[in-house]
Amino acid sequence: MRQGQLFRVTSIGVTWFWLGVFALLPNIALLLVAFLDKGETDFFIPVFTLNNFEELFSPIFLTVLWDTVRLAVASTLVCLAAGYPFAYAVAKASPRRRPWLLLLVIIPFWTNSLIRTYALILIIGAQGMMNKALMALGLIASPIEVMYTDLAVFIGLTYTFLPFMVLPLYASIEKLDPRLVDAAKDLGASSLRAFWHVTLPLTLPGIVAGCMLVFLPALGCFYVPEVLGGATNMLLGTFIKNQFLVANNWPLGAAASSVMTLLLIALALVYRTVNRRISGRERRGDMFVSGVEGGA
Amino acid sequence: MEQAPVFELRGVTKYFGTTCALHSVNLVIGNGEFLTLLGPSGCGKTTILRMLSGFESPTKGEIFLQGECVNELPPEQRQVNTVFQNYALFPHMSVWDNVAFGLRMQRLPKNEVNQRVAEVLRRVHLEGMADRMPRQLSGGQQQRVAIARAIVNNPLVLLLDEPFSALDFKLRKQMQFEIKHLQRQLGITFVFVTHDQEEAFAMSDRVVVMNEGSIKQIGSPQEIYEEPENLFVARFVGDINVLEGQVTEVRDGGSLTADIEGVSFSLRTRREFSEGDKVKVLLRPEDLKVHLEHEQALEPPFFTGHIDETVYKGATVDIILTLDNGKTLQAAEFFNEDDEDINYRPGEKVTVSWVEGWEVVLEDEEE
Amino acid sequence: MLRVVRRCYMWLTYAFFYVPLLVVFVYSFNSNKYTTAWGGFSLRWYKLLLDNTAIMDAALNSLLVAVSSATMATLVGGLAALSVKRYRFSGRNSMYAGLLMLTLSPDIVMGISLLILFIACKVELGFFTLFIAHTTLCTPFVALTVLARLAEFDEHLIEAARDLGASEAGAFRHILLPLTAPAVAAGWLLSFTLSMDDVLISTFVTGPSFEVLPVKIYSMVKLGVKPDVNALSAIMFVLTLVLVLTAQAMLQGKKK
Repeated sequence: MRQGQLFRVTSIGVTWFWLGVFALLPNIALLLVAFLDKGETDFFIPVFTLNNFEELFSPIFLTVLWDTVRLAVASTLVCLAAGYPFAYAVAKASPRRRPWLLLLVIIPFWTNSLIRTYALILIIGAQGMMNKALMALGLIASPIEVMYTDLAVFIGLTYTFLPFMVLPLYASIEKLDPRLVDAAKDLGASSLRAFWHVTLPLTLPGIVAGCMLVFLPALGCFYVPEVLGGATNMLLGTFIKNQFLVANNWPLGAAASSVMTLLLIALALVYRTVNRRISGRERRGDMFVSGVEGGA
Repeated sequence: MEQAPVFELRGVTKYFGTTCALHSVNLVIGNGEFLTLLGPSGCGKTTILRMLSGFESPTKGEIFLQGECVNELPPEQRQVNTVFQNYALFPHMSVWDNVAFGLRMQRLPKNEVNQRVAEVLRRVHLEGMADRMPRQLSGGQQQRVAIARAIVNNPLVLLLDEPFSALDFKLRKQMQFEIKHLQRQLGITFVFVTHDQEEAFAMSDRVVVMNEGSIKQIGSPQEIYEEPENLFVARFVGDINVLEGQVTEVRDGGSLTADIEGVSFSLRTRREFSEGDKVKVLLRPEDLKVHLEHEQALEPPFFTGHIDETVYKGATVDIILTLDNGKTLQAAEFFNEDDEDINYRPGEKVTVSWVEGWEVVLEDEEE
Repeated sequence: MLRVVRRCYMWLTYAFFYVPLLVVFVYSFNSNKYTTAWGGFSLRWYKLLLDNTAIMDAALNSLLVAVSSATMATLVGGLAALSVKRYRFSGRNSMYAGLLMLTLSPDIVMGISLLILFIACKVELGFFTLFIAHTTLCTPFVALTVLARLAEFDEHLIEAARDLGASEAGAFRHILLPLTAPAVAAGWLLSFTLSMDDVLISTFVTGPSFEVLPVKIYSMVKLGVKPDVNALSAIMFVLTLVLVLTAQAMLQGKKK
């Protein structure tokens, strides 16, 4: 029994230690730094101030935030609109083919996003495949310049995060009992109304999870806009990075990142509510497990 | 039973890929009857149900609903509702919303919806449960919601797909009673699917016994039990003893003599046989008469054998016995207030016969 | 009809996923310096990579970080999964929620918060800080993979083992470990992949003396399309492919 107790204490202790010291503590420190002043030589000095948060309401930052949120929301919505029918098609494929189709989504999910972003240059760049194809077809006379525009960033975010949307959607669609849709039709619902009243509300946890997995990283991922958008429009990720690595204004960067944390918490609460309403208790970690576990 | 049929299936065949789920099934379902499709899993009973509800269409043949061919009519356009196995209640809707779903799909005015939902909930004794979510209900309550959700739409036919499979024994008995009662009250046609013959017999006006995609027999529960048309039906519904025999003499008027397990008996049958035919003689355990040999209670012909075991069942005693030729039989005797002495001991010598005329003689289907 | 549309759409989306990667892969063998034209098959860009000591050093550093942090994350994540699944203790739900939130937490926030911690504690940026950061990044993924695996098993398996005389450690060794081994191994492989691919966190917690491959690639990519980057990308993609396929094979394999 004493050995068992030791084992138990070790497992729980190690986990709490790691989560506490390397996840919780840094986030508390981050929060603290957001209320501190920047120093002349130090990254931050222990002087309390609210200046950093005031600065978040400056036109410069608000522009950055607006551009970021706009692009992130747009690509989240497009990922959802494109990903839902796709996830549906995969989930309704024959059981023999389904694991393979799913594997084909899991591979891009795990493939380095930076490399996938880079690969996109070869397609949408001035000399890219898209322009070549369009010109070969005679649809355009000279290359369309997509690179270094908002459109390029939008395409990049959508391309990068689509697999993150598809996997949780797939998990929730696949789990949906087809008899519920049958029951709706049996009670007189057309296919469209059965989808609206039954399929959609019951796959809402997947939808919210997918939106979280696209929207949150899209806010902070600095390399997609930097690679595809160039320096024309600064987005939140780049702004924060610059405060830490270039401008050395850590408190401002920390304050800016709190926007992300707030959005994370808000979305996590939405996810919990949606999930509770449907299953009565939390369904454990569907969203990621699907990404990792895949073919389950 | 001479009422206009609600449903009629003519030569309905269904293939799933290359597997044949139904071979050319003909079936007429009368208005207001309680019909049960009975058979082992995979016999095609659920396929028939799904065709009636509109989720499958026949590969060949036609289905008529009130005289109109509905082969391609989708489920939402049929005035037929289903109580699904495991109920398929919408987990994100309250009891009220579940029951109101069908009416809302018809876009009925709100006060009519409210009135009908309230009425049907009263009928299934769930008045106080309207705001609960399905997961907060017991199995029996969920079952009632599923029934209420279907009947609130006033369907022509109510289909029930193994509705009791998730309930325990006692609740199952109670729900059987409630559903039967409900059917009488509503007067609409119920088509019930089950693999449990006792359930089928307890509830139905007619039973359709199915196996391997075809109908083996249609009849009242009594006909099915007492006059099985083939070995499958005989064996599927209840315990039965199958004795081997050969016809030795055929007389007029459905009477013949056969050599059964080495003893010559006179049998009655409506079927035609000729001398030398191999036959099976079917006897239910309760039709057998068992007596101790030394009592000399039976007139010949009879079998002789010995008791293997007796099993106390409450209302009856099951007797397992072996004939002298090695054949094992099962008999059941009811307790008789006057004669409590049916305590056989293993090994005791007995004589066995049966109530005359209760035998069923079938030709020997080569198995 | 609807089915045909659905299938077409599905394959179009797959094309969207894979065509860009395929193009990079093909161009990595293009002997021509410019991507505008195909100059014949060649391995010259791969040779160029091998000769580039800066890249090779960064690759070696990355491997070192990936192997060590994947191993540590597997250990911590495995224990975390075990704690959540096996023990009842106050804070168990918070632990689970913490793991979940950690996977959701934007990488950039994890990067800057750890950077603040390291600087505040005066830890020199380099291998050690990367090791800590990547372990923190990967731990919840391992934990959730293992938990998903554990969820498939009968609750009473461990109790049965204890009933038959196994100690807590014995039950762990003879029951839990063999059953979860595929998930643990898959967790390691996926952690390795995460670590090899991470740009967002590494950018902050790496030091000038310790360059890792993803950050190095990033600095190259920012300069636009280069044939040697094509070759490097192709290698990274194939590496991911192998790791993910192996991990999936492990998760699927024993299920049957």
